[in-house]
Amino acid sequence: MLSLRALKALATVLGVVVIGVLVGVYVTFLTGGPTPYRVPAAAAAANGRSVNLTLQTVAAVGPKLAPNQSWVSYLVRENGTWSRSTVWTLPANTLVHVTVYQYDGKSGLRNPFLAQARGLVGGSFTLDGKSMRAINPDDASHTFAIPQLGVIVPLQGVDDNAKNQCDVAPCAMAAAHTTITFTFRTGKKGHYRWQCFVPCAAGFLYGFGGPMQTIGYMDGFVNVV
Amino acid sequence: MTGRAHARRIAALSIVGTAIVLPLVIFVLGPNMPPGKRTTGASSQVTDNTVLLVVMTPFTVFILVYLAYAIAAFRAPAGEGLRDGPPIRGHVASQIAWLALTSAAVLFLAIFGTAELFASNGSGGGEGPKPIAKPGGSVLPVQVIGQQWEFTFRYPTYGGVETAELVLPVNRQIEFHVTSLDVIHSFWAYELGVKADANPGVDNVAYVKAKTTGDFQIRCAELCGLWHGYMFDTGHVVAEAQFTSWIAAQRKRFTAVQKYLPPYSLTYLPDPQARAG
Repeated sequence: MLSLRALKALATVLGVVVIGVLVGVYVTFLTGGPTPYRVPAAAAAANGRSVNLTLQTVAAVGPKLAPNQSWVSYLVRENGTWSRSTVWTLPANTLVHVTVYQYDGKSGLRNPFLAQARGLVGGSFTLDGKSMRAINPDDASHTFAIPQLGVIVPLQGVDDNAKNQCDVAPCAMAAAHTTITFTFRTGKKGHYRWQCFVPCAAGFLYGFGGPMQTIGYMDGFVNVV
Repeated sequence: MTGRAHARRIAALSIVGTAIVLPLVIFVLGPNMPPGKRTTGASSQVTDNTVLLVVMTPFTVFILVYLAYAIAAFRAPAGEGLRDGPPIRGHVASQIAWLALTSAAVLFLAIFGTAELFASNGSGGGEGPKPIAKPGGSVLPVQVIGQQWEFTFRYPTYGGVETAELVLPVNRQIEFHVTSLDVIHSFWAYELGVKADANPGVDNVAYVKAKTTGDFQIRCAELCGLWHGYMFDTGHVVAEAQFTSWIAAQRKRFTAVQKYLPPYSLTYLPDPQARAG
């Protein structure tokens, strides 16, 4: 039979363990999510240190890819299929050729300054094949930005009256979209966050909400290894 | 031993302790207090922190000596069971002395702090849209715009050009205008000794004058959402000629977006109705 003192000590230890487990589960849940997409590094070695990253941005992610089916999201093409993963592993000191198929409408930037691209190889991106340095900030649907690497690219939205607009992801190439391509250099190894700057899911009167505040939709990490 | 004898011992130990600690505070700890002496405001903060420490040192030493003395002198002898101590009775003279000393310390700090705020042009803190502690002479206005989750900067003197990095000329009085485009942020330039809240629709003015060139850290000091912890940057204080050349390069670099920027304004209200999607 345990004494009262021993029972108290046991209860304290159990309490600490339970709290520790709960904190661990919470942190794992918060920082976890889909498995990171590792951009094939073999390709980098084969073609002189450059890799391809293909993305699409959609107005609603749909029931197949997420529990929050009405949320706006980025998707990444992984082995030919689109997946909702926003944690990407890229090789260091490598050129990353990015293609974004942008299917969402125009929301507009709160800060027009972010409508000019920065941190890109050559200083410009292409919008439907046309080389550009900036877009009209009111036409922005999203941005792709890695602030720590100084990279930001505005993504032009689909016209409101465009035909055959995509309702839910994954969107087919036949649906109305804009195509944005650009290249940036990863630089040294590190763990960098990326985000969208357009209030495409404000949620609240002033600040960002929902998918803008949740990793796995409009935010993520770039692990440069 | 009588209570009076204990009191004399505690007083003597406190005086000796203060005499030992005070020079260390003034000559060793004080000069190394944050945030350093890179700007006039930061230097002022170091002085203020040192004065605060000097004033609080005798009180802190007294409290610690009293605690240690009580533990050592008033502990129950080994082997003796628990028993209640003598009843505590008030001592009017001690109470009046304690109240008078602490009141004098607080009043002195209030007057000193207010005088220092005016003498150092707000000491790097945000003074709101109508600052009352202002420097004389010309200033270089620089707007700091907080947004989820990056600071950007506008230089109204140079055509309202907006930049993603903060560069300041050395030995020039800077007038920061801190605001936000969405939620509440806080612009904290640690080594400059500047900390000012960034509120949407509010122009928060803070002054600083850098005395030396070099880099400084910028952080958001107000929890502002998912990437608050990543909302940091490095700013630079450079020579005047270097600044002139840098700002000219920025005006050229951001030509493409310049036509889309709104006219320079002290505040920018977010426009969720039109742009929230």
